[in-house]
Amino acid sequence: MLELINIKKAFNRGTINEKKALNGVNIKLDDGDFVTIIGGNGAGKSTTLNAIAGVWPVDEGSIIINGKNVTGLSEHQRAKYIGRVFQDPMTGTAATMEIQENLALAKRRGEGRFLKWGITRREREEYHELLKTLDLGLEDRMTSKVGLLSGGQRQALTLLMATLKKPQILLLDEHTAALDPKTAAKVLQLSDEIIAKNHLTAMMVTHNMANAIEYGNRLIMMNDGKIIYDVKGEEKKKLTVDDLLQKFEEASGSALNNDRMLLSGNK
Amino acid sequence: MDIFLAKLSTFGNALPGDITQGLIWGIMAIGVFITYKILDFADLTVDGTLGLGGVVAVVLISNGVPVPVAMLIAFLAGCAAGLCTALLNTMLGIPGILAGILTQLALYSVYLDINGKANAPVSVDKFPLVISSRYVTAGNEVVDIIRTVGTALLFVVLIIAALYWFFGTEYGMAIRATGCNSAMSKAEGINTKRTTIIALVLSNGMVGLAGALLAQYQGFADVNMGRGAIVIGLAAVIIGMVLGEVILRKHFNFIGKLAFTAIGAIIYFVVLRIVLMLGLSTDNTKMFSALIVAIFLAVPYLQKTSKTSFRRAAKRSAGAVASVAATESEHFGQVMQNSVTGKKEDK
Repeated sequence: MLELINIKKAFNRGTINEKKALNGVNIKLDDGDFVTIIGGNGAGKSTTLNAIAGVWPVDEGSIIINGKNVTGLSEHQRAKYIGRVFQDPMTGTAATMEIQENLALAKRRGEGRFLKWGITRREREEYHELLKTLDLGLEDRMTSKVGLLSGGQRQALTLLMATLKKPQILLLDEHTAALDPKTAAKVLQLSDEIIAKNHLTAMMVTHNMANAIEYGNRLIMMNDGKIIYDVKGEEKKKLTVDDLLQKFEEASGSALNNDRMLLSGNK
Repeated sequence: MDIFLAKLSTFGNALPGDITQGLIWGIMAIGVFITYKILDFADLTVDGTLGLGGVVAVVLISNGVPVPVAMLIAFLAGCAAGLCTALLNTMLGIPGILAGILTQLALYSVYLDINGKANAPVSVDKFPLVISSRYVTAGNEVVDIIRTVGTALLFVVLIIAALYWFFGTEYGMAIRATGCNSAMSKAEGINTKRTTIIALVLSNGMVGLAGALLAQYQGFADVNMGRGAIVIGLAAVIIGMVLGEVILRKHFNFIGKLAFTAIGAIIYFVVLRIVLMLGLSTDNTKMFSALIVAIFLAVPYLQKTSKTSFRRAAKRSAGAVASVAATESEHFGQVMQNSVTGKKEDK
């Protein structure tokens, strides 16, 4: 369970470039919620995820994960509770390290790292089985460097790493945006399966409105650093892309300004 | 011919010494490898750390401290120097290169505080030094020469084994991840500040130990003994990486990289000897190391840009024109021949 209470964040404060990125974000996720987040350019979607992950401290407000206030914890301390997949496939994995080494690093997320051998034989067997489920042939390339993998393979691996140790919350930050449509669909499908199988609580930023409607049980629309629309359950299932565009105009008083979103939404 | 033979024999006589020196500097280069290759941090502290390790060892040994203890303390002094740079960088936000330069400069004063003057001699006649250049020159017993080279080799092998183990552990892997991708490392719960600190401490510890060995080997420590050490270290790393890549190709694993870093240092000193014998003045050795590093770093860059440069594109298109022209002229010749012999082309 995750709770954000009145989160505020401004960048470049006190300069002419000041940008109020988050203007009081409030949300409470229930266990097992899979929330998709949409919104215009600079609406605060990724910023919200970064605030949760602790990339920088927030200016105001509290972040509570499973009853524990993590607002004062640094990024690596919060990693204990959070699994993340990033937009750039390069970000989530260590390119010069082996596939199995990357998994071993993820396996120890939130635990102490000592002078024990970094990867055990039993782990290798476990990873072999896990990689098989991806159906990408990676189980036979466990000692290959991750840098040799394609973007889609890297995202699939990152997804596996983010959920290898069950996170309290999984943050997916436009994690299919850099992939070709076919690979993107596959990675998205995989994300959905992993979330369902492990009963994870997840937040997914996407620019594809059709995906935002299709996946998850709850949808959030953001504008100007605030949540302007929050829908779940049956009501969400019935939504159409046109509904979303209309909701956006109603709530924000202007047309949607996310060009990528419009392009993908009109399809 | 006689001159050539004489030079060859001089070279042969000097070879064990060059190899020993290369091995000692190899330890220093392995320290550079840790920061430059694993942590992706250009650490200039080492120029000061080498002299620090040397003077700490010499002063302690001269005051009757057992040699192994003195060397251990030299190692720890190096660690402390690395810690200074690491704290300047991680806690005070000073960019890595500048943090290294600051510590290096301060270490100059630390050296003089420890010794009071620039030069600190230590004689192998008075103290049981672990290694000395005295025993590798021509005229010594072969056993002594082998023992000296072997001692240096033993240190290198032990250090490589220890580092291979360390970087295979959970913590060592966290350090490698930090150098490769710090955003990912944080997301995986790694305290990247701490891993940076540990890596810099370890690296400079190695360099301090190398300084202690070098001072014993040459019989003195000098405040300037580390000047340009980073460049020699980089030269060794780069020569080693290029060579390892060529020789081991796919099998160029972590242990191979550490070993080839030491081999790179040996090659550096052997090549330096050859260049000196060919007439390079000893005043110009620093110029030599700077040039080696500049060339090795520039070649891959130039290769890459030349593949994409406009001039190259122009050449290629000119080449295409030329090859088209060549086929054309060939065809032309054939046609002429046929017309002379009266044959018709069947195709």
